[in-house]
Amino acid sequence: MKFLPKTGFVLVAACFALTALAQDVTGTLKKVKDSGTITLGARESSGALAYTLGDGKYVGFHTEMSEKIAADIQRQLKMPKLDVKFQPVTSQNRIPLVQNGTVDLECGSTTNNAARQKDVAFAMTTYVEEGRIVVKANSPIKGIADLNGKTVATTTGTTSVQTLRKNKRAANMEFKEVFGKDHADSFLLLESGRADAFVMDGQILAGLVSKSKNPADYKILGELLSVEPISCMMRKDDPAFKKAVDSSIQAMVKSGDLAKMYDKWFVQAIPPSNTKVGLPLSDATKNAWNNPNDKPMEEYAVQ
Amino acid sequence: MSWDWQVFFQDTGGGQTYLHWMMSAWGWTLLVSACSLVVALSVGSLMGILRTTPVKAFVWIGNAWTELFRNIPLLVQIFLWYHVIPSIWKPLQGVPDFVAVVIALGFFTSARIAEQVKAGIQALPKGQRYAGLAVGLTLPQTYRYVLLPMAYRIVIPPLTSESMNIIKNSSVAFAVSISELTFFAMQAQEETSRGVEIYLAVTGLYFVSAFAVNRVALFIENRVRVPGMIGGGR
Repeated sequence: MKFLPKTGFVLVAACFALTALAQDVTGTLKKVKDSGTITLGARESSGALAYTLGDGKYVGFHTEMSEKIAADIQRQLKMPKLDVKFQPVTSQNRIPLVQNGTVDLECGSTTNNAARQKDVAFAMTTYVEEGRIVVKANSPIKGIADLNGKTVATTTGTTSVQTLRKNKRAANMEFKEVFGKDHADSFLLLESGRADAFVMDGQILAGLVSKSKNPADYKILGELLSVEPISCMMRKDDPAFKKAVDSSIQAMVKSGDLAKMYDKWFVQAIPPSNTKVGLPLSDATKNAWNNPNDKPMEEYAVQ
Repeated sequence: MSWDWQVFFQDTGGGQTYLHWMMSAWGWTLLVSACSLVVALSVGSLMGILRTTPVKAFVWIGNAWTELFRNIPLLVQIFLWYHVIPSIWKPLQGVPDFVAVVIALGFFTSARIAEQVKAGIQALPKGQRYAGLAVGLTLPQTYRYVLLPMAYRIVIPPLTSESMNIIKNSSVAFAVSISELTFFAMQAQEETSRGVEIYLAVTGLYFVSAFAVNRVALFIENRVRVPGMIGGGR
């Protein structure tokens, strides 16, 4: 990060001081225009949504989309040159970094929920994540009800742990939970037979299965555990910037660019291993594109 | 930023509050640490003693044990006990996660304790061993009544450090699915988005636990002190 925090504070303060004078652009847009840079938050391993190839290269469906948004903002502000910077973020630091101005727009795998809406704002939903269950192909488990008495794996530090806990209480079931320290570790628990099922976001499971030794050994069940809207995160109370981001995304939906981008990351083979995630566009995601909204997770129902 | 300590009274979705969960996580941390400490002290003392005996084979076993467990990173050892060894030797697959962690953490620390016990025994003048044997005590008796009572008094301070280290090192247990404090911190901050409050509370609990061990060890050190001997002249 070349941008010193102190400079950031001065700029933010300057933004507030100059809002009254400069009628044309305010908030983040003004910050971008004045500094000539926009800082995008990037994730290092959020499946095909956002990941790194190493060496400071960030790719993925949402990462590419955020680059397109930055280009649209440059056009809107009529800037001859815009310096686009990537700041890697984690699930621990992403909200503070957006709030304090280090990151202007974070497009990764952040779930839009009511608790977070108190701290930050979200762009229109561009991906709907569905919590799913993967089991061995020869497993008798066909749905959530069959998990009773089994061992279920999931990854530490993900919302799936909470989803699992809620389902357990709602259905009054008993199962043993084991936690992998990352997704690869959780998958190993399933592969080695320590766990009977692995519960995680659908696109992550699809990616893990496609990269496994023999993808035919696993099956992803149809029943959904949760539905979560994923969208880009930005500072709260900045309607001009939110409008710029949303209209940029809507233009991509209209032109078909977003659908092409989705196809590129979720259907075609992707680097670095050139395997396919193999997850065609879901109805829920298509629906979110066609009805632009920033509704939190709480307003989605699990079918 | 603004504080939100109410987060600890939120429901986790499983019928308890985050505070309840944190207390149970603290319990797991203490349980893992205490069990590992028992393993580490007993195995470490045994290996340390073996390394000072006149029997070459015993010395070799003690040295091999110490070097083996001292030279492999702790996290790697945990994965060895959890993933690798059960896949080579099938009957071990039924071993609970908790036992795997206690063995890994206990053996890792035992190598360090073996080193300290050995140093404690070697710090005593050679004459003490010979005197014990000369008055007709067997070798085990010499250790039991002459060497070890002094050696342990000498190594109480480094043993205190090891006991405190075990509490801090128990945080790697999250990697094999023990829901101890570090696991709680990683999980709860994701669920509540109040990472700062959660990590501060967890930091406080680690500090309190390690500091309590320190105080208990100091109490023991003062109680067993022999005036006129090493460390007793205060």
